[in-house]
Amino acid sequence: MSAIILETRGLTRTFGAVVAARELNVRIAQGEIVGVIGSNGAGKTTFINMVTGYLPPSSGDILFDGNSVLGRKPRDITRMGMARSFQVAQLFPKLTVMENAMVALVAAEGTQPSFLRPLDTPQRREQANAIFEEFGVSRYRDALVNTVPQGARKLVDIAMALVSRPRMLLLDEPTSGVSSEEKFALMDTVMAVVRQYGVTVLFVEHDMEIVARYVTRIIAFYSGEIIADGPPKSVLGNARVQELVIGHDLNVNSAVGENA
Amino acid sequence: MSLRNYFSSPTEPALLLAAAVFVAGAWVMPAWLAFLLTLALAKALVVLGVVIQMRAGLVSFGQALFYCIGGYGVGLASQYLGVGDAFALLALGTVAALLMALACGWLLTRYREIFYAMLTLALSMILYGVLVKSSALGSTDGFNVSPPSFLGWVPEGDARKRTLYLLTVFVAAAVAMGFHRFMVSSLGRVTEAVRENEIRVEYLGLSPQRMLFANYVLAAGVSGLGGGLTALASGHIDPDMAIWTTSGEFVFIAILGGTGHVVAPFIGAIVFSVLRTFAIQEAPNTWQMTLGITLLALILFLPKGLWSLVDRNKPEVSA
Amino acid sequence: MTTIFAILIDGAIYASWLFLVAAGLTIIYGVMRVLNMAHGSFYAIGAYSAASLVSWYFSGNQGNAYWSLLMLPACALVAGAIIGIAIEQGLLRFLQGRDEILMVIVTYALLLILEDATKLIWGVNPYFAYQPYRLLGRTSIGEGLRFANYDLALIAVAILIGLVAWFILNRTNKGRLLRAVIHDREIAIAMGVNVNAMFAATFTIGAVLGALAGALTAPAISVTPGIGVEVIVLAFAVVVVGGLGSIGGAAVGAILVGLSRSFAVHIAPEIELFVIYGVMFLVLAIRPQGLFGQALARRI
Repeated sequence: MSAIILETRGLTRTFGAVVAARELNVRIAQGEIVGVIGSNGAGKTTFINMVTGYLPPSSGDILFDGNSVLGRKPRDITRMGMARSFQVAQLFPKLTVMENAMVALVAAEGTQPSFLRPLDTPQRREQANAIFEEFGVSRYRDALVNTVPQGARKLVDIAMALVSRPRMLLLDEPTSGVSSEEKFALMDTVMAVVRQYGVTVLFVEHDMEIVARYVTRIIAFYSGEIIADGPPKSVLGNARVQELVIGHDLNVNSAVGENA
Repeated sequence: MSLRNYFSSPTEPALLLAAAVFVAGAWVMPAWLAFLLTLALAKALVVLGVVIQMRAGLVSFGQALFYCIGGYGVGLASQYLGVGDAFALLALGTVAALLMALACGWLLTRYREIFYAMLTLALSMILYGVLVKSSALGSTDGFNVSPPSFLGWVPEGDARKRTLYLLTVFVAAAVAMGFHRFMVSSLGRVTEAVRENEIRVEYLGLSPQRMLFANYVLAAGVSGLGGGLTALASGHIDPDMAIWTTSGEFVFIAILGGTGHVVAPFIGAIVFSVLRTFAIQEAPNTWQMTLGITLLALILFLPKGLWSLVDRNKPEVSA
Repeated sequence: MTTIFAILIDGAIYASWLFLVAAGLTIIYGVMRVLNMAHGSFYAIGAYSAASLVSWYFSGNQGNAYWSLLMLPACALVAGAIIGIAIEQGLLRFLQGRDEILMVIVTYALLLILEDATKLIWGVNPYFAYQPYRLLGRTSIGEGLRFANYDLALIAVAILIGLVAWFILNRTNKGRLLRAVIHDREIAIAMGVNVNAMFAATFTIGAVLGALAGALTAPAISVTPGIGVEVIVLAFAVVVVGGLGSIGGAAVGAILVGLSRSFAVHIAPEIELFVIYGVMFLVLAIRPQGLFGQALARRI
């Protein structure tokens, strides 16, 4: 049994009368690939926002590597080894893809950015080029981010999160906004890199085929609560999950494939 | 480090060349032109402070605060502390501006957009209000700054104008080179990233506020330096150095020149000063109107300023 | 004791003036998200048109001072409406949706243009339109306190305008639509509110209010170039303290700034300006949305 890398205890978040997250108890072990499913507004992004320090919980605790990170800012949590990507790719639109990568690289170096030494150095260029190769976005290297297509932007978004070699990566709808033909290609690329660095992954996804293909475990959210948590076959076969999340009968065996 | 590595872009040799031309001009140009350029270059330093904040995504409507502190720092040190040396005076003015920025900057950089603009404006108007009502400091009249010495030597008349001109050119060139390095440095570029997407910078592991604070202090220092040079060159300081319309002028020149390159504020300031000299002579009652129409035209048709006319081809220049 | 009374009444007079100046500015920001620097020009144009008309009216030395009183709001209405519609339809309409800070700079450009435009139209010499001011006489309170009734009447006008604004915003359908747009423009558009017409109307009303403040002040001052530029920063202070977009906030802001300044003027005149901008800075630093403004929204 691997060590628990991320744990939440009774994590709750209310906005006035709305309960966006209710008593979430989650334990994720190192090496797991976890899929998070649930309809819009079910609390998945709220969960990620809380766990990464962007949104303070109303009550409960969050432990990373056994240490409480409650009250820590996102930048501290990133430095501790937990990175994330975003539903809408959060990049620097008027900088080039190369410059975006170099900013991520300089941030990952751990020291305060220098007043005088340039951002653009041969070493950083080399590292950035290697990352672009891994993710297949080399052709966009010198383009301004706001001219780059959506799929490539999501890849760059994820690539930047991986620059700091985090031990855990949270992906918020990595294939949203990407055409159905490209979804699998994108996930194949990302998961190949993730496996190479041994990163624990949790990703939010709406497409059941994608979820079932890559994960060893699924957590299902509904209305701010976790209604199922376990191996893909049992979660996807769960009647409540089928009714409330998937919304239709799913041929569980064909969806789940080899990872069950 | 070979010479080729040292000059990685054409900017620095170009700046040195420009400085050399300006220096050589000192002996051929008429005294009034040297004076005009001195004031223009000093003003450009303040505008540079506005520009680096714009590159960080913030518009300062109160940069005149540091311009005034730099000027009054020089004036007060000269009048009440008996400091006579130009270099010492400039250092004191700049340090005063830096201290103020260190005191206020952390609070101010918690704000963005309109609130940042209003806060900077309020701060500069507080100083204005204090100076206007302080009869000890000459209230609205201000007071004169005695001619400085330069490491012992006290030039007179035209020689003084020329010396101040040369001093300003050297300072401007040095500042331009330094700020060019800053603009392409890790901190400079990350500060631009803060403008583009603050949340992502936070998630990459850095503190956006820290970047903005460093930027703010740097801007204050260079603006204080500009104020100090203006005080020395014009020989006079008054509270209007802090009034909000002075800040508005700096913002105008920043937009006129553009934010894409360290040289842009210098171009903007020189063009502005030349145009203003003509306009005040020919049509003093329509100068503000000219400014206003030009500003609108810039915003509508040339939002990246005059610099964008020079630099059409490079898509990766971030403005 | 006399001093306290003096401070309070002077404060109320100054606050009324501040409210009149700031009301239009805060409404325009609230509905259109434009922090309109040219509001100072509306004030100046209102003052100049009123002062020049009243001066002309009395130039033959014959004139009914009561008519001159009526001329003030009339000028404000006409001048404010003309300049308001011209600017909104001629320029701002095309810049909708642009960055807020850019709009500050655009309206700053307008302020500069209109400053010189007033110089071209009315010249640089001061205008005096004291007749309406003198007409209303003076009141004595207690020992040694004398106030011009015109100034006291200003308090009544400010309260009246405040009440009318409150009534329109809270008790009429048009007012409710306006509040909806202030609260959330996108949803209002989605619900079919004709936002363009609303913008044109709001900007014009704001301009008229600004011009009214200028027209009503004209009899009490000498109208000279630069009054617009002077006034706008004070208006900012009031609106920022009260909360951008809130009329109630503008009233509270005006009272706070007015009383603080009155206190300074009577007790420690050197800090008069310091106090005004100090209060502005404090409120901005502690509660940037002002006392009654909306809190800023999240981003991701």
